[in-house]
Amino acid sequence: MSALPGLLDVERVRKDFPILERPVRGGKPLIYLDSANTSHKPRQVIDTLVEFYERHNANIHRATHLLGEEATALYEGARNTVARFLNAPSRDEVIFTRNATEALNLVAQLLTWADPPHRLETGDQVVITEMEHHSNIVPWQLACQRTGATLTWLGLTDDGQLDLSELDRIITEPVKVVALTYVSNVLGTINPISTIVRRAHEVGALVLLDASQAAPHLPLDVAALGADFVAFTGHKMCGPTGIGVLWGRKELLEALPPFLGGGEMIETVTMTTSTYAPLPYKYEAGTMPIAQAVGLGAAVDYLSGIGMANIAAHEHALVTYALERLQTVPELRIYGPLTASNRGAAVSFTLGDIHPHDVGQVLDELGIAVRVGHHCARPICLRYGIPATTRASFYLYNTPGEVDALVAGLEQARHFFSSRR
Amino acid sequence: MDHYRNPHHGGLREPYDAEVHHVNPACGDEVRLRVRLDRDIGKMIVADVSYETQGCSISQASASVLTDLVIGKTVDEAMARGDAFLALMQSRGEGDPDEDVLEDAVAFAGVSKYPVRVKCALLPWMAWKDATARALAVVAAVLPGREADQTRGNHSALERSTI
Repeated sequence: MSALPGLLDVERVRKDFPILERPVRGGKPLIYLDSANTSHKPRQVIDTLVEFYERHNANIHRATHLLGEEATALYEGARNTVARFLNAPSRDEVIFTRNATEALNLVAQLLTWADPPHRLETGDQVVITEMEHHSNIVPWQLACQRTGATLTWLGLTDDGQLDLSELDRIITEPVKVVALTYVSNVLGTINPISTIVRRAHEVGALVLLDASQAAPHLPLDVAALGADFVAFTGHKMCGPTGIGVLWGRKELLEALPPFLGGGEMIETVTMTTSTYAPLPYKYEAGTMPIAQAVGLGAAVDYLSGIGMANIAAHEHALVTYALERLQTVPELRIYGPLTASNRGAAVSFTLGDIHPHDVGQVLDELGIAVRVGHHCARPICLRYGIPATTRASFYLYNTPGEVDALVAGLEQARHFFSSRR
Repeated sequence: MDHYRNPHHGGLREPYDAEVHHVNPACGDEVRLRVRLDRDIGKMIVADVSYETQGCSISQASASVLTDLVIGKTVDEAMARGDAFLALMQSRGEGDPDEDVLEDAVAFAGVSKYPVRVKCALLPWMAWKDATARALAVVAAVLPGREADQTRGNHSALERSTI
């Protein structure tokens, strides 16, 4: 099984990822199917981090010496790279954050203390969806508790799609912000963003998109998507941990108040008041994760070199194959779309009444890394009446042979736990 | 695996002095556990432990083994066994458990090599300790003696509403 249409030259890609050569659990090859959790890092990104610390390390924007100039140029260069990757109208709209969680919290919190018309107030509504990651649920629960706004949500259909029959009933005039995920980290569903953006803008609501599971896998074009904010994290897209991105429309970011106060986000400071730096620095207080931003730039260069459309095609081929093979396993039930069209690279399932923890342990003994549990999206488990799922998620370095190994491992798990039934 | 396939003392029983509901937020495992205590010649005895679990083989088997280890023991003896089990789980695969104290629980020695699964094994024990502490408070409040039975269940409903 290696001639699926759309596959990358995956053996060549794999050579870029040193960790894939590491044996695990008594000399077995590592089969890493947990990239929706965090991705591995190619040599190009690791080298960039090492080179930064070995040759260019300095604080940015403040130092007036050679290393400071170099570090600043690398950091700002990474911003340019990310801006091109997103097709952002302006590089000043690209804010570096610690991760997607911080980016989502930033928007939710700003809206609690912004000036009108953006401030959330009693009578306003916030709309999320039942398939959000906790990082796009809890910040809105907190914001609503603080402001008196009401939290509502779009529900899910049995096949893991947003229930759009409710769209016009749920997104109405009192809705001030709609926050949703582009691609579900559990169900794999790719949501119809343009339909939701159109409806949200009809009623004057802002749209915040959690693109954490989209940016690593699909061509991302913020100009075409039409959302007002887009958040994602670096570590799921071959970049380091500790670096994320918030893209926001310039006029909005200019109108909204600062987030964290501190060094480098100011223009002038007196003992009683301050004025703030222009975008993007207004939102980058304190010493930023400099090497990590530079590393993210290298990751984006790496992904762009392969081509996001090619990566999407590779994953589409793998997920098509995985859905077909997984459905041959008795008692295996997939949560989310059963076909690969409009589907991301994460596939969640249950295996009879074997608890996902046990499935995960059997697979781990075989060197197969998956994620088990509720994947920080517990409302999905509640919606489908299950305690947890096992999730296999694919990326550019995965192969059809690894899908076969997963299926064989699941058969083994069934066999091991079968005598209870 | 035997305790997973054929759990001992499973299900929720009446009467009881306290009921708790514990979850492992990392994986969604849940246990609902009830404790009934009896006073016998000045000692508190673990009269019954009943439970419902929703979780993996390790958390289910651990709950089953727990009931074997603590039912019929004094609270002090049972707590000592809980401490021995906790020490075994924290041994990172290096533990040398005393089979006289831990009985079937010695089979969990291997679990201690897997940090993520240690939480599964400890979930019922943490729930039991919590429930026992609550039960001691309830029983202390309604002493003396057997007439405490009549108040059982009502107190527990109150306890439940607070968790």
